[in-house]
Amino acid sequence: MLRVSASPHIRDKVTTRSVMLYVIIALVPVIIASTFIFGWRALLLFGISAASASFFEAIARVVMKRKQTVGDLSAVVTGLLLAASLPVDCPIWILLIGNFVAIVVIKQMFGGLGDNFANPAVTARIVLSVSFTAQISTFSVLGKHIGEAATDLVSSATPLGIVKQGQTSLPSTLDLFLGRHAGCIGETSVIALLIGGVFLLATGIIDIWAPISFIGTTALFMLATGQDVLVHLLSGALILAAFFMVTDYVTTPTTIPGKIIFGVGAGLLTGLLRVYSSMPEGVSFAILLMNILTPHIERWTTPLTVGGVKHAKS
Amino acid sequence: MKMKWLGLSRAIHPADKKGTAGLAIKPLTGFSRVTIPLDMQIGPGCEAIVAKGDHVDIGDPLGKPLGAWCVPVHASVSGEVESVKKEILSDGTHTQYVTIISDGKDTVSELVKKPVVTDRESFLEAVRASGLVGLGGAAFPTHIKLNPPPDKKVDTLIVNAAECEPYITTDNRIILENADDCIAGALATAHWCGIETVVIGIEDNKKEAAAALKEAAKRAKSEGRGTVEVKVLPTSYPTGAEKVLIQLINGRIVPEGGLPADVGVIVQNVTTLWFIAKYLETGMPLVKKWITLDGGAVKTPGNFEVPIGGTIEEVIEKAGGLKAEAKKIIMGGPMMGVAVDDITRPILKHNNAILVFTEEEATLPEESACIQCGRCFRACPMKLMPAALDKAARANNADELEERHVLNCIECGSCTYVCPAKRYLVQNIRNGKALVRAARAAAREKGGQS
Repeated sequence: MLRVSASPHIRDKVTTRSVMLYVIIALVPVIIASTFIFGWRALLLFGISAASASFFEAIARVVMKRKQTVGDLSAVVTGLLLAASLPVDCPIWILLIGNFVAIVVIKQMFGGLGDNFANPAVTARIVLSVSFTAQISTFSVLGKHIGEAATDLVSSATPLGIVKQGQTSLPSTLDLFLGRHAGCIGETSVIALLIGGVFLLATGIIDIWAPISFIGTTALFMLATGQDVLVHLLSGALILAAFFMVTDYVTTPTTIPGKIIFGVGAGLLTGLLRVYSSMPEGVSFAILLMNILTPHIERWTTPLTVGGVKHAKS
Repeated sequence: MKMKWLGLSRAIHPADKKGTAGLAIKPLTGFSRVTIPLDMQIGPGCEAIVAKGDHVDIGDPLGKPLGAWCVPVHASVSGEVESVKKEILSDGTHTQYVTIISDGKDTVSELVKKPVVTDRESFLEAVRASGLVGLGGAAFPTHIKLNPPPDKKVDTLIVNAAECEPYITTDNRIILENADDCIAGALATAHWCGIETVVIGIEDNKKEAAAALKEAAKRAKSEGRGTVEVKVLPTSYPTGAEKVLIQLINGRIVPEGGLPADVGVIVQNVTTLWFIAKYLETGMPLVKKWITLDGGAVKTPGNFEVPIGGTIEEVIEKAGGLKAEAKKIIMGGPMMGVAVDDITRPILKHNNAILVFTEEEATLPEESACIQCGRCFRACPMKLMPAALDKAARANNADELEERHVLNCIECGSCTYVCPAKRYLVQNIRNGKALVRAARAAAREKGGQS
């Protein structure tokens, strides 16, 4: 019996799973750096988060009687990104609630991968930060650094928290770049995030438009409002978001002008929230708001087909 | 790489698998019988003028053309007509099949004689009489393509030697083995059709063929036969798609719903033009075809000359047989070719490859949810949004499809190829095109009634 199907009869090797695997690989430097900066508990949080996200994904698909999709590894990515945006002091039960919200509420209840209008990790982080403000606003960091004797975690202020309170006792630029300061476990090490980002760019998993316009707009905003540009670029969720969140396939536009609009919009909102709101950080809200605008941005920026004639407005 | 991460690259690069590029075209002879469909072209086919028991020689017409678009179909072996039957074609339509049992003598018909060409009309008539259709795979009648409406002024003949489909290497072989005739055919066509400029587009994975064409063009120029420019293009898919090729060659953009003639261009496949040169010399109509036989199940892949109407089964057998069970047989390339249901299907005029796939090659991955990565959009040479078209087509939303210009899709399959979720994008978009055509027809009918 010969098999008959419509052309094309060959497919590229890239699969959803391989794309997700590349993103996970890109997060490895971040996970390693955060283990050095925050200790073994950081690694534990990443592990529990990825595992619980996968567990909720598998259970949700079973309960909803839909095809099992846990193998596509997208839940692992969500779990890692959620853990990355929480402090090392975050209680495990809060982390589990966060993953439940991300996977079950934000992702699966809207139809699963591809149909979620908002970024699950970003939205879950927002839900946690409004619901458990007290529990997850303690930021600790290892008191001493790599190569020195074993140490305990000590509570400390984040650079953006210091900026918000108008203090000036900020970590050195080198410490900001390496990530040796208090903050969310996957956000502090700019160098590790850049390694992951360059890997994703080089392998063609993401392109440069959204990260560059997001970072660029934030920098310009800080410059225009007289803020310390370097501190704002090297602190908070900005770099993590630039490579792993404003580049999320599902919740950001696919056109190049769309990606630029998304990046500029998220950058502007981040600037506004960081400088003028009562919160030190605004990246999550900025991204969520832009996620909601994404279908519209996509419509506005749909190019005219080659040789196409615009339809008359009816 | 740079283009890739900037997200600017449009074309895709499937592994080209052109392992047969170095293998000369080998004639396969001694076919016991041929089964020739009388419809092997776009437009209506022929009506049989032979009956059971008739004797035919090579080059004898088997059918009477129905309408101005139709080209004649000729006997490809000498022998006795065994049957004339109506049967289903691989595209689902019906046509008459003439089966001829070969007498093994390969006698050439007396009707085969060098055509007399004195002007444009006699040239076009000769092209039609040769039974020629676009040999690149589309089977568009060549005499129609060379004769655009009088209000379209054509100034450029583009010779399509891109051969961008993986596996296929027959154009490459035809060029390497007959470069002078390829140039001669292009120049003769341009001359009789009153076209000033001739440009050949060829991909840079065929360096030898490109060099051969350049040499032949130089000879033609020095002998005062005319000027042909050879343009070497980067290898990518779908360079050989008419609208894409025109853009790459002279930057002109064929309007949506329009034809190359709208921008002053006619595109012809290189083998088609080579055949015109041969026909003007010998008068032997299109009774043989040059194909690449390849795929994991084929024992000895290669390029072969086969009689039109010879069965795939006999071609495979004469070419050395199979080394694995055939699970899928494709007529044409893997990107746009047609999967056939039966190994006894005949070779058609516009077949340029037979690919025999193994179990592994024939197994396609399962579809999963769209992750909106935008790869299909970036791959689309027409700047359409395949994922959105696919969604609209699955929802039977003709308005949305129309608004998104679905009819401008050239069905190259790049979107389906790149999709990481393995979605059947172009397949659903084809349905979407049919939906829009039906909706337009319904609207016209309604408009006519009121």
